[in-house]
Amino acid sequence: MPPREGIYGLLAEFDTPSDLVRAAQKSYQDGWRRLDCYTPYPVEEAAEAIGFHRNKVPLITLIGGLMGLTAMFLLETWISTLAYPINAAGRPTYSWPAFVVPAYEWTILWAGLSACYGMFALCGLPEPYHPLFNAPNFRTGATDDKFFLCLEALDPKFDLMETRAFLETLEPVSIVEVEY
Amino acid sequence: MATSELKPGNPEYERRIDPATGEFRVIEQGQTFKSVTAKISDIVLTPHTPMGWFAFFAVGGAGATMLMVALVWLFLKGVGIWAITQPVAWGFAIINFVWWIGIGHAGTLISAILLLFKQGWRNAINRFAEAMTIFAVICAGLFPLIHVGRPWLGYWLFPLPFTMTVWPQFRSPLLWDVFAVSTYATISVVFWYMGMVPDFGTLRDRAKHPLVQWFYGLLSLGWRGSVRHWARYETAALLLSGLATPLVLSVHTVISFDFAVAVLPGWHTTIYPPYFVAGAIYSGFAMVLSLAIPLRKFYHLESLVTERHIDNMGKLMLTTGFIVAYGYGMEAFMAWYSADHWEAFTFWNRAFGPMGWSYWLLLTCNLFIPLTTLWSRKLRVNMTYMFILSIIVNTGMWFERFVIIVTSLYRDFLPSAWGTYRGTKWDYMTFFGTVGLFLALFMLFVRFAPMIPMNEIKLMLPGAKIKPKEAAAGDGR
Repeated sequence: MPPREGIYGLLAEFDTPSDLVRAAQKSYQDGWRRLDCYTPYPVEEAAEAIGFHRNKVPLITLIGGLMGLTAMFLLETWISTLAYPINAAGRPTYSWPAFVVPAYEWTILWAGLSACYGMFALCGLPEPYHPLFNAPNFRTGATDDKFFLCLEALDPKFDLMETRAFLETLEPVSIVEVEY
Repeated sequence: MATSELKPGNPEYERRIDPATGEFRVIEQGQTFKSVTAKISDIVLTPHTPMGWFAFFAVGGAGATMLMVALVWLFLKGVGIWAITQPVAWGFAIINFVWWIGIGHAGTLISAILLLFKQGWRNAINRFAEAMTIFAVICAGLFPLIHVGRPWLGYWLFPLPFTMTVWPQFRSPLLWDVFAVSTYATISVVFWYMGMVPDFGTLRDRAKHPLVQWFYGLLSLGWRGSVRHWARYETAALLLSGLATPLVLSVHTVISFDFAVAVLPGWHTTIYPPYFVAGAIYSGFAMVLSLAIPLRKFYHLESLVTERHIDNMGKLMLTTGFIVAYGYGMEAFMAWYSADHWEAFTFWNRAFGPMGWSYWLLLTCNLFIPLTTLWSRKLRVNMTYMFILSIIVNTGMWFERFVIIVTSLYRDFLPSAWGTYRGTKWDYMTFFGTVGLFLALFMLFVRFAPMIPMNEIKLMLPGAKIKPKEAAAGDGR
């Protein structure tokens, strides 16, 4: 658990996505690893700039889909051959081609639910409280038209004065201290 | 106005035509991040609800109330209050079910398939098209539930361990339907809600009243726009589109199996799956137009839902309309080519039998009117014409389902078993009731949720381009 008192980080505000991406690249090159960018719409370049290239959502989706497929196919097989076999004009009880359709639907159902829930779980959402919401300009801008870079206090490089001086060199619109 | 009449140099040309493509602009010029946020979120956050909203909601609510009355009477008396009997045992309930599900399909097509094909113009219309999908599926899902006669036993459709140890029959397309439609409904809701989470974050941050902040804060799950979150969100959205695409194609395919697997002439054909899917998308686009044209007018969204959207949807309707036309043609061809007496009679009876009027009505509404006029760009961007056309096409598509179900059933193999079919007032009340329910739900959505995805629009603005330092200097947004 991160410490729940003191400073969460320094938040720099930018007006354009280009400025943000440049600042993020410079910070990452400077050796910052506990940093994040906040944008009103997806800015892939910013994620790349802070070294976030890959995520686990596809893997979770694949596992979910395979589980759905297996679960439904086994359920159908068990019901049709063991639990409640129906003799319909002498057709085989294990009529697997007919089982494909519900199994296919459940593959999609489980994969889709895994993609959505997996994505939120990896993001740590729902998270109603976050220190960043304490920054006044974050609340008004982050989901509207402003672009933010946050260098977090948990990074070993963090030092209130030095970090602020470093952020100044990136020419942000403003720098705000964010408290827990 | 056609693009050919808009010459370069004309101020109208600059405003409406994108010089890069020669097409209508997807977004009108001069939009900024701030103006997009303000435009879309103010529709929701304004304390002033337009009178027109109340008028539409009242109409929808009245319809929903009528539906409730019809359902209460149905549950008290049973399905005998409907016109269904032998030989037409599948009446309005199945017609409406297939029609509503079909309408939903365009929403998924817009949100999933067009995303996979990188059709950026879809961004402005995908949210309310998805909402349309969900409400259409709600209306559709009602019918199988109520037409089983004892809706309180509806859970028998699911493979649940209950005391009678009776399990469902997995070889029946009717059961496949249960899984297809329930999966479709679930995935549509998940996709729709997930897409709205960042926009709920925007509404939370812009809301003034603490209660409103709390409400949207809850819905936004604490979304704060971290680029790591965005990256996962984008991946999940892409994966869901990839999953929803085969899903949407499978749903109407499975529904067509309900018919195609039966041995009845007129139902037992292999053209049904593609023909049903194309018809579904055709009617769905018509419904998107029926909703988009009034919405952009009343909420002044012309700068975001532009002529380009209406134009493109017209083109898509033209395409799917021709696939539907191919389906009709193939039905006629197979009636002759199969050399099957019953098949040929069914087709003849469809066109020239006592209910032939419904077949010609469907051809007029689905083929003769739209497929001759949609070629003209002038008509495709004429809002009044497109609105009327969308109503015509949806009427036509309803009659297509009517023709498929009723005219195949009412005169089958044994002439002594022939009958006829005419809906009762309860049938009509249920049908128009669901239209009311749909309208009421849609009006609630328009009032309480962002109907255009703000983040996806912002992505398309010129300000979102990442520029190198030199080019960016002095370039305000």
